[in-house]
Parts: sequence; C-alpha cells; structure tokens
Amino acid sequence: MELTQELSRPWFRSRSWFDWVYAVLLIAGAVYGLRTYAAYMDGYERVILMAAAVVFIVLGWQWQPMRNLVVGVSVLALLAIGAYGGELGRADKAFLLKYFLSSQTAILWMCTLFFAATVCYWWSIVHTREGSVHFAGQVATGLTWAAVVMGTAGMLARWYESYLVGTDVGHIPVSNLYEVFVLFCLITALFYLYYEEKHRAKSMGAFVLLVISAAVCFLLWYTFDRGAHEIQPLVPALQSWWMKIHVPANFIGYGCFALAAMLAFAYVVKGDHRPAWALGGLAGIAVLFFVLPMLLGKGGPSRFWLTFFVVLVVIVGAISAMRPFVAARLPSLQLLDEVMYKSIAVGFGFFTVATILGALWAAEAWGTYWQWDPKETWALIVWLNYAAWLHMRMVAGLRGPVLAWWAFIGLIVTTFAFLGVNIFLSGLHSYGQL
Amino acid sequence: MRFAISLLTIIAIASMLGTVLKQNEPYSSYLNQFGPFWFPLFERLGLFSVYNASWFLLILAFLVMSTSVCIWRNSPKMLREMRAYRDDVREQALRNFSHRDEWQSSTPAAALVERTSAYLHGQRFAVRARTGETGTLIAAKAGGTRRLGYILAHAGIVVICVGGLLDSELSLRLKLALGEKTLLRGNVSRDAIPPQGRLDTDNWSFRGNMLVAEGGSSDIAVLTLADGVLIQDLPFAIELKRFLIEHYSTGQPKLFASEVTVRDKQTGHTFDHRIEVNHPLIYRGVAVYQASFDDGGTKLNLRATDLHRGGLNPLLLEGRVGESLKIRYLNTEYAVEFSGFRPFNIENMSNASGESDAPAPSPSILERLGNEMGAGARPDRAKNLRNVGPSFQYKLRDPAGQAREYTNYMLPVQIDGRWYFVSGMRETPNEPFRYLRLPLDEDTTFDGFLELRAVMLDRESFAAIGQRFAAGASTDSAMTQGTRDRLEETVKRVLDTFNVRGMRSVAEFLEKAVPEAERDKAADIYLRLLQGAAWEAWQIGREQAGKPRLEPSVERARFVQDALNAISDSFMYGVPLYVQLLTYDEVKASVFQLTRSPGRNIVYLGCLALVLGIFAMLYIRERRVWAFVRNDGTMLVAMASNRRTIDLDREFAQHQAGLRTLAGAPASQ
Repeated sequence: MELTQELSRPWFRSRSWFDWVYAVLLIAGAVYGLRTYAAYMDGYERVILMAAAVVFIVLGWQWQPMRNLVVGVSVLALLAIGAYGGELGRADKAFLLKYFLSSQTAILWMCTLFFAATVCYWWSIVHTREGSVHFAGQVATGLTWAAVVMGTAGMLARWYESYLVGTDVGHIPVSNLYEVFVLFCLITALFYLYYEEKHRAKSMGAFVLLVISAAVCFLLWYTFDRGAHEIQPLVPALQSWWMKIHVPANFIGYGCFALAAMLAFAYVVKGDHRPAWALGGLAGIAVLFFVLPMLLGKGGPSRFWLTFFVVLVVIVGAISAMRPFVAARLPSLQLLDEVMYKSIAVGFGFFTVATILGALWAAEAWGTYWQWDPKETWALIVWLNYAAWLHMRMVAGLRGPVLAWWAFIGLIVTTFAFLGVNIFLSGLHSYGQL
Repeated sequence: MRFAISLLTIIAIASMLGTVLKQNEPYSSYLNQFGPFWFPLFERLGLFSVYNASWFLLILAFLVMSTSVCIWRNSPKMLREMRAYRDDVREQALRNFSHRDEWQSSTPAAALVERTSAYLHGQRFAVRARTGETGTLIAAKAGGTRRLGYILAHAGIVVICVGGLLDSELSLRLKLALGEKTLLRGNVSRDAIPPQGRLDTDNWSFRGNMLVAEGGSSDIAVLTLADGVLIQDLPFAIELKRFLIEHYSTGQPKLFASEVTVRDKQTGHTFDHRIEVNHPLIYRGVAVYQASFDDGGTKLNLRATDLHRGGLNPLLLEGRVGESLKIRYLNTEYAVEFSGFRPFNIENMSNASGESDAPAPSPSILERLGNEMGAGARPDRAKNLRNVGPSFQYKLRDPAGQAREYTNYMLPVQIDGRWYFVSGMRETPNEPFRYLRLPLDEDTTFDGFLELRAVMLDRESFAAIGQRFAAGASTDSAMTQGTRDRLEETVKRVLDTFNVRGMRSVAEFLEKAVPEAERDKAADIYLRLLQGAAWEAWQIGREQAGKPRLEPSVERARFVQDALNAISDSFMYGVPLYVQLLTYDEVKASVFQLTRSPGRNIVYLGCLALVLGIFAMLYIRERRVWAFVRNDGTMLVAMASNRRTIDLDREFAQHQAGLRTLAGAPASQ
C-alpha cells in the first residue's frame, strides 16, 4: 500500500524546498506591494495583484524554468529601481542603467539577443548531425532565455519609469502598440521555450524565432523611425484595471497563434510535397500579406520595409530551395502537428477570454458590450477563423498540409486584426496609430 | 459539420464587409461617396448597417439553429459516454489497442485487483471493477467533463446570440416596419415631436445619446437609426452642474467627468452623482455613460474689424456657440455661425516657423543608438509645448449659402520672436486651415497694422505715398524732376496693382510685362518699392492718428514686411473681416450615452458557459484505462484517450511502469 501512495503522491506534496521558498517570496512581495501602495489601487487592482502572485507561483511550480525567470527578473528590476533612486535623469548617468537596465536599453538588448538567437538556431540546424544537437543549439536556447529576461526586466523598468514621469502618468506598460509588441515577443518566446523543453526539439526554434525577429524589426522601426517608445499618459478610456487583464490575455492569444503559424510553416516545409517553387511562391504570397500593412502604411513604402521584405523573401526562398536539407532536421510531423494544435488550443482559449474581457470593459467604458467596432469585429473574425480550424481538426478529423496552410494563413488574419486595423480602419479602439 | 465550418466562414466574411465600409454614417455622406446609382442599391442591401441587416441576422439565426441542433443531437450521447465505464470491453478488444501491455506476476489476483484499483484511484481516475469467470476487469476513466465542455461551449454560443438579439435594434426596426413608430427627419422642435416619434419610458431596450449643457437639464435620449432619429423618454431627468476636463502637461486629456443631479420623475427623488469614463451611473435600469463632450453655448464677446476699407467700423458683436447672427458688409448680408470654442490649445512650438530646420548632419548609427538608450521618457528632451490660449470657430455664410470656415486665436501668438494675431481659414471642411498672421506693432497693439492698411489700400492716398517715396529716395542723390515723376508714377502703379489681389496680382503683372530673363531683378525692385510705399503709408497713417513719425529700423522694417504679407493674404481671406475674441464665458456640454440592455446579463452568462466549455473541451483530456486481471495472475493493461497524442504515449508509459512495479513484474523493455 505504501508503494501505491508513493506512486500517486499529491501534486503539491512533491514540491521541493525551493518551490516553497519561491512561493513565500512571491506572496511576501505581493503583500509588501499591497501594504505600501494600497492607497493607489482600487479593490480590483488589489485582487489582480494577489492573483498575479498566485498565477506565477502555479506557473513556476508547473514549469521550473519559470521560477528562475521570475526570480532573475525581479532581481534585475529591483536593481534598476535602486539605481534610479527616484530620479529619471539617472538613466543617462548611472552606468548600470544607461547600458543595461533602463527600459529602452534593456529592450534593445532583448532585440539584439533575439536576432542572435535566430542566427544560432539556424546555425544549429545547418550543423545538426543525426541524433545530436549542435552546440549552437544550446547557445540559441540560452540567448532566447537571455532575451526574455532582458525584455521582461525592461518592461518592469518601464513601468517604474512611467511613475517617475509623474504619478498621474504611471501605468502598466501594455497601453500602446509599442509596449504590446514587446509583450508579444516575450510571450511567443516563452511559449516556444516551454514546448522546446517539453519535446526536446530545438529545430522548431529556427522557425519560431523568425516571427519574433520580424516583430523585433517592427519594434526597431517603431522606435527609431517613429519615436513610439516615448512613455505616454493614459487617455481616460484606458484608465481602468481591465487593461491589466484584457491586454495580456489577448497577447497570449496572438503569441500562440503566431507560434502555431510558424510551426505550420515548418510542417509545410517537411510535409507538403509540392515542388519547391510552388511552396516558395505560396509562402511568398503569405509573407507579402504579412508585410503589406507596413509597406502600405503612411508615407508609402519606406526603404526599411522594402529591405525587410527582400530579406524575408530571400529567407523563404532559401528554405524552399533547401527543403530536403531543412526537412531532415525538423522534428517529426506528428510532433509539429501536435505542438501546433496545442498552441492554437491555448491561444484560442485565451483569445476567447480576452475578447470577452474586452466586451465587459467596453460595456463599462463605451456603454455597450459589443458595437461592431472594427477592432471588435476583427477579433471576432480571428476567433471564427480558429474556431473553424479547430472544428476541422477535432470533428472532421482533418490533418496534414491543408490544416498547416490554414494555420499559417491564420497569421495574416491575426496580423491584420492587430496591426492592419490600426492602419487602415478607424474606430474607438485606436490606441496604436502608425 | 461542413455546414458549421461554412457558416463560421460566411459570418467571418460578412463581418469583414462592415469593417471595410464605415457603418451608420449619415446617409448624405454615403450619397456623396457612392453617387445616386449605387447608393440606393447599397442601402437596399443594408451595407450601411450590415450588422442589423436582415440577411446578416438570417445567417446568425442559421448559426443558432445549427448549433442548437448539434447540442440536441449530441448531448444525450455525450452524457451517456461521460457516465459509462465501458466495463464490458472484451479481452480480445483490449488486445487491439495500440497502448497495451501484458505481464505475468506472482502476486495473487485479489491483491492485484486491489492494488491496481487503489493506484488508479490515486491517479484521480474513477474506477469500477467487474468480476467475470476468467478474471476481473478494472475500468477507469478520467477527464469525462470534457464532454460537458462541448455542451457548455455550444450552449454558450446560443445564449450569447439570444442575449445579443434582445439588445439589438431588431425590436425597434420591427416597430418601424409595422408603422407603429416613424423616424423623425430634419429639425424637429422639442415640443412638436409626434407620438409616433417618441418611445415610452417602459421601452425595454434602447441605446441613445443625450447632450446637456452646463446648467441645463434633459430627460430624453436621441436614438439614431438609418437616416432619422427617435426620441426616448426617460424615467428621470439629468441636470448637468459642471463638466470637468483635466489634461496632462502634454495636453492629452486625463479626465472627463460630469457632475450631475438626477431627478426621478415619478418619485421626485433627487441625488447628486459624478459620471466618469469607465465609471457609469446605473439608475432605474438605465446606464448612463460619459461618451463625449461639446460646447454648450459659450458666450463670445467679439469685435469685427475690416481688414480692407469697406467702410465697416470696428463692430462689437455678442455671439453664442451654436447660434448665428447677421452682419452687413458692403451691402451684403452674411450669417456668422459660431461653431465651436476651445479654452486652450496646446501646440508644439519647437519649430513654429513652419519651415524645416537646417539639415543637421545625420547622426551615425552608434550615435542614434546612444540616443535611444536609457529611459522610456526624456523630460529633458520634452517637446516645446505651449498653451497658446483660447480659440473659437465660426462660419461666414453668404446669401448664396456658400460658407467659409474660420478659426481664430484670442491671444496673440509669438512666432520667431514676433507677435501676431492668427486666424485660420478654409473653404471646405476637407482641407487644412490656411493661416493669416496679422502683426502687432512695437507697442503690441493692433493699431499699427490698421493705420498702415488704411492708407495702403486707399486709392486717394497713392499720390501722397508716391510723392513721399520719391522725395525720400532723392534726398541724398541728385535726382532730376523727370526721374522723380517717373518714380512716383511707378509707385502709384505698383500700389494699384497690389490693391487688386496683393502680391499675386503683382506677380501676374510681372509675368506679363517683364521678359523672363529680367523677372527676378524686377520682382526684387517691385518688392522694395512696395516695402518703401508701405513704410510711407504707415507714417501717413500715424500722422492722421496724430502720432509722430518713426525712424526706420530693422525691427520696423520687419513689421512693415509682415503687414504687407498680411494685407496680401487678406485678399485670399474671403470677406476681409477679422473677428477678434475679446472676452468669453465658457459653457460646456456633456454627451452621455444611455442604454437599457436587458440581454446583457444573458450574454455574460453565455460568455461564462463558452469560456468554461472551451477550456474543458480543449484542455481536459479524456483518458480510459482498462486492467484485466486474470485469475491466474496475468494482467492485461490498455489505455485510450480522445486524442492520440504524444502525451498519451508518456502517460501510458508512466502507468505501465507504475502498475508493473505494483504487480511485482519486471519493467518493460
């Protein structure tokens, strides 16, 4: 009987001492925050703070690396706060801030590290021999983790900086297109790292990091060309606790869909037996749609986006041309299919929640839970698209390249919903203008 | 199934339509956009209000029906499956499972049954054992709630659609179609609203707007539908005491709030409340939201000054935003329609000249990188934002109905170190304002310009200007009488030309009269002649006002040039009347959105069901384990799941190892 109990030990009893220390630290931090800043939060925000602590405890317990991330990022954020000492101007004077931990620097580090990780993943694909992972693959994973750490620390520093601008300006950095793009990179990378570890399949990273790199390109352009990284105060409609849950939930959805789309691309490369030129052509068209919003944005095609487009076409072309080589190094079709499905399932769940949260918020801010605003409608279109996808798979039992192509095309619908709508259509939900 | 997928796709495409074409705009703008041929067609197709169009509602009805049929057909089966242990599986069937294992152990069968059941129970399986002739079959199941998820998610969709329907415009449109109500079109005075255009307070679902000015009160909401409106009576009246706007230092809005007094019309109960964005008031089933704000009839005290010499003395006017008044200028009656007022304007003055900066050497990539490193906000690099004070907008409409729109700043604006009154004008709402800058003289008064322009535009004075100019030019050089006369004539001719349409007519004259090769030089000479003439005109004007003559200086020469530009631009200004705001008394208005949505909680309930359903359906895996313990101590274990995934492989391997250990059998190879 002892053996029976041993084999089915309850989940929370199999926690290590580090798990408990981690949990206590998180709770203590949340309680400290609650006690110190209670006056600045309403009831909902206090609940969100405590719930966030619980969520991160559970995440950390479920997936060990999450603990290290939370602890590491907290340390960096506290270091940054200490270095600021309540004075925004120190960002230019203190070495630690200027070159590492101030929000912009940290986010630029994140961008660089993501690019480096992309290169390393491809390096590792090229050098992978049967059965063994090339050293570059280990480096790539490390770089991706480093990028996530820097990006998250940068976001936290940005949160703090916004309060240094003015106590009435301070807010969680998920309020405009720039901030959510950073969030998108982080969430996509985290989900990818989870699946990579779970399935020990590094070669997926070469594909997933491509979409993250594209987002990073957008971020850099948005920073250097548009100066969009300036912290802006919140307009009245955004001053609500709903923002803290609606936006992150939404970007879990977007991130998962993007992840799934890239795995779908990998699936197509491995599993679709069309000739290389047809494959490249189809992917090229999809890629064109992906960058179209940027190409057609205000002021016509810029040199930056034309270059971006050319590079993308070259990458897609190279992958199509070297298909057998790449395909041999990708994980099995079954694995790609499963991770793609799981990613869409997670994304769909969170996207549903996010859309509903958005409706609840809209009811409070605009007076109606649903008024067919372009953003709302496009969220519905994205939802319908993936609902149809899931029906295809779960009920009609469809598998294979068709479903993969669909998931890949889904990225275009998703991109339009979260970028194109801001560029081409106007409405109430226009918080990120290009 | 194909039907459901097609339906989802069709709804997605139909929804796209409505985002491409802007919905619920005034019909007149659609008519402008599409012309008389397409407009009626599009209107018939309901493209201006896609989401209320009958064909769209029909598709949704199909969705509800097909989903309901799905639930109806599948639920009983699902519930049965969920409860069933499937303990009637034959041994032979178990052998066909892809996840199965078989082993022999020395442990007695009874102990095996007991241990296996306990193990599976500990792994959170529901377990049932059935003993037959040859042995005992232990059937275990977990994750059956997944099937409930299916029912919940699909029921959620139906509930959401039904709730949404309750809140839609459908009931109103039905009443309109039945002729029970009729839309009001055009301007209807408040007292003359026919009962067909009014909705009672007991109307159970509506969404409308209300505009209340500060100090005013209202007890109706206006519902906009297609090309008309309906009036909704409310069970209470809202009086707006004060509307508050606060701004951040960057000029972005920070707070919109209305301080209101609500009076219940039935009970007479009154109370104060503050309505903010994100903090609506809910009273008697009606939710009142802060939607927008407007001007509630700000009182404007104005002075109209003739920029030319049409004989209009400075005229004092009293206006109100939203109202209009008549003004006569050169025997024509114009309507001045005051359309807006802004108490302040935050402008970016870092480059107010409107010209591009001198091209700075473009920074290297490293420098740019260095610039972008650091915090996400740069107080030291803040833009040069400045509040340039109040402004107001009006339209000047001629008897033919043509109107130009103006926006005038109350206070002088400093541009490049000099002060101007600034007035913007445009002929159509689509074009940007073109700005007229009226310079202030060195005493920062408007008089200098008025004195200058009075003489400059007076044909009677041209001779005198010419004389003085010629005299001034000949003091230090020996100039013959003939030359002086010619100079005088030239000045008069330039002034005559300038008097038609300013610099533009001078340029046209040069184009006609001077060969291209010499045009630049001639233009230069003419410009200097004009500047000189304007200077003399100013001095004559000062003399007429009893002021002393001024000594020329660089500053004054600039003023003269500014005045010259302003007079020249005033020819393009429409009626040359500059309306200056002297004082104002601001009255703001608040725009509320009022809704009564009985379907809201139903929709929320549906949403909850949908979320629970989706999470159950997508994240709970249904697993079944069978363990057949034969009386002789051999054991057959099989496992199945609703999806054959890698997770199943793993879990099976785990249970296989666990059960083998319990049975005392060697680990599998």
